Amino acid sequence: MIIELKNIDEYRWELPKTGAMRVPGIIYSNASLLKDIKLEETLKQVANVATLPGILKASLAMPDMHWGYGFPIGGVAAFDWENGIISPGGVGYDINCGVRLAASSLVEKEVRPRLEDLINALYQNIPSGVGSTGFVKLSIAEEKKVLKEGSSWAVMHGFGEDSDIEHTEDEGCMQNADPETVSQRALERGRKQLGTLGSGNHFLEIGVVEKIFDKVTAQAFGLFENQVTLLLHSGSRGFGYQVCDDFLAFMTKHVKKTGFDLPDRQLACAMIQSKEGLRYYNAMACAANYAWANRQIMLHRSREVFSRIFDMGPTDLGMNLVYDVCHNIAKKEYHIVDGKKRAICVHRKGATRSFPAGHEGLCEKYRKTGQPILIPGDMGTASYVLVGTKKAMEETFGSTCHGAGRVLSRRAAKRAGKGRAINRELEDKGVLVRCAGRSTLAEEMPEAYKDISQVIDVVHGAGISKKVAKLRPMAVLKG
Amino acid sequence: MKYETIDHTADFGIHVFGADAKDLFANAAFALFDLITDIDTLKGVNEHKIRITGDDWPDTMVNWLRELLYLWTCKEMLVKTANISYLTEHELTARVNFDPYDPDRHEIKNEIKAVTYHQIQVEKGLLGWESKIIFDV
Repeated sequence: MIIELKNIDEYRWELPKTGAMRVPGIIYSNASLLKDIKLEETLKQVANVATLPGILKASLAMPDMHWGYGFPIGGVAAFDWENGIISPGGVGYDINCGVRLAASSLVEKEVRPRLEDLINALYQNIPSGVGSTGFVKLSIAEEKKVLKEGSSWAVMHGFGEDSDIEHTEDEGCMQNADPETVSQRALERGRKQLGTLGSGNHFLEIGVVEKIFDKVTAQAFGLFENQVTLLLHSGSRGFGYQVCDDFLAFMTKHVKKTGFDLPDRQLACAMIQSKEGLRYYNAMACAANYAWANRQIMLHRSREVFSRIFDMGPTDLGMNLVYDVCHNIAKKEYHIVDGKKRAICVHRKGATRSFPAGHEGLCEKYRKTGQPILIPGDMGTASYVLVGTKKAMEETFGSTCHGAGRVLSRRAAKRAGKGRAINRELEDKGVLVRCAGRSTLAEEMPEAYKDISQVIDVVHGAGISKKVAKLRPMAVLKG
Repeated sequence: MKYETIDHTADFGIHVFGADAKDLFANAAFALFDLITDIDTLKGVNEHKIRITGDDWPDTMVNWLRELLYLWTCKEMLVKTANISYLTEHELTARVNFDPYDPDRHEIKNEIKAVTYHQIQVEKGLLGWESKIIFDV
């Protein structure tokens, strides 16, 4: 299949509606990023998503898009709440994989001399790597409370403060979570992993605010130049994987009964307003809440480490949570479609919410500015803080990119890293690295990812989010 | 050759071969655990029975590997060998030999998080059976 893209403007391309597609595809990118990816496969996935029942406006792809399974990563698709589908493959395995940023009151020159102690202490206190288990041991009954309550469970148990909840997307809890919809296997897998980073692309990064693009908004977010920050990227661990896996199997069977003609099994789905669809929505919410509790606990542990290393109390140390965003999720939201306000189910798979100033879904503080958006880059380069915009509401169902996006497969990255000391190369750039997994470092090296600044330039240029600050990594803890 | 790995941007996959269907499924189990650990360090002294069903060959393959992955992720069993005693397009029974995971003895090379349906293939060719499966890592 040859797919022709039609250029709309500097940052957008249309994938015209053909065959079984119900809507066109719209790709946010630039000429150079489009050359990087295995375009054919990714575009085919964008087109496949466009065939699903109830899809509205367009099957969207962000500039960090790459080939996933079923739905592309970097994909956004919205479905009518009454007549549309919900799909586990449109969320991904790591449900509510996300990022949180805390801002300290320390500046780089205060932290640099203690950086090695700091990263070592974090390495000892935040369990990471393959199959890591946490220090929070849960009974099944208690685990179900985590699934129901999300971030507030963690705060209620002493891991954090009330303001953390306010500064988390959806206040760290999807209300529709129903623990009775998840399998025993999922509960088993999640029981020992709360408060753990995991492996692969998950990380914890100590960074410094290198550049401010928008002074007023940065100030409202509590950010200033040279400030030391903590960025945490993790998700719902084995629990979320099992929920996704269970429902993919369940919906594959369900799809056969309903007679949907799917171009790829991994697109298995159900109408949202069906027993099966709602069951997945409520189970997915459990995993989302697990992930929020997970990141909340790790933030708390990190604060304790900072406090010990710098011998400072919480007030002096700052370490306030700027925000927590999720980038693998499906949510009921209200958007204007064809001039009318409608309830829709927005799937963001490797995409971040981008709500503007004035949006009723934001906490009071950010209702004035728009929400903070956190975009992690690769470990050698930079991460960005953006702000949500009205244009995102108009064009992308309030969504923007989520990261750099891979260009090399893990195996290709390992090959490219052979014989090289990646940690030394990073140290030469001023980035200390601690890594639990033997091969993670090569798999996750900077060259394995797209150039983050190009991805950011596209979303900024297209106006679906705006640059606020750039963070430079000082030390990274990888799973 | 029992299997080879295949490249995928986000994850990685396996291309498995077998003289017949049973051989193919046994080799798929080998491939999965060969990616997870160093199979040579396993003794396989314990035994566990498995029965799974599926809608067709690809579904049965995914369910088989999913079940094996469950043994690892939830039960911490590292499987050395799989003996398939009964196999049709819709049903499989097997006995697997495993070691309980011991962090001091067993190295974990890769975290395989899920078995996907993405571009799944299970086929009988001229020279035997083959299958392609992509794992989420």
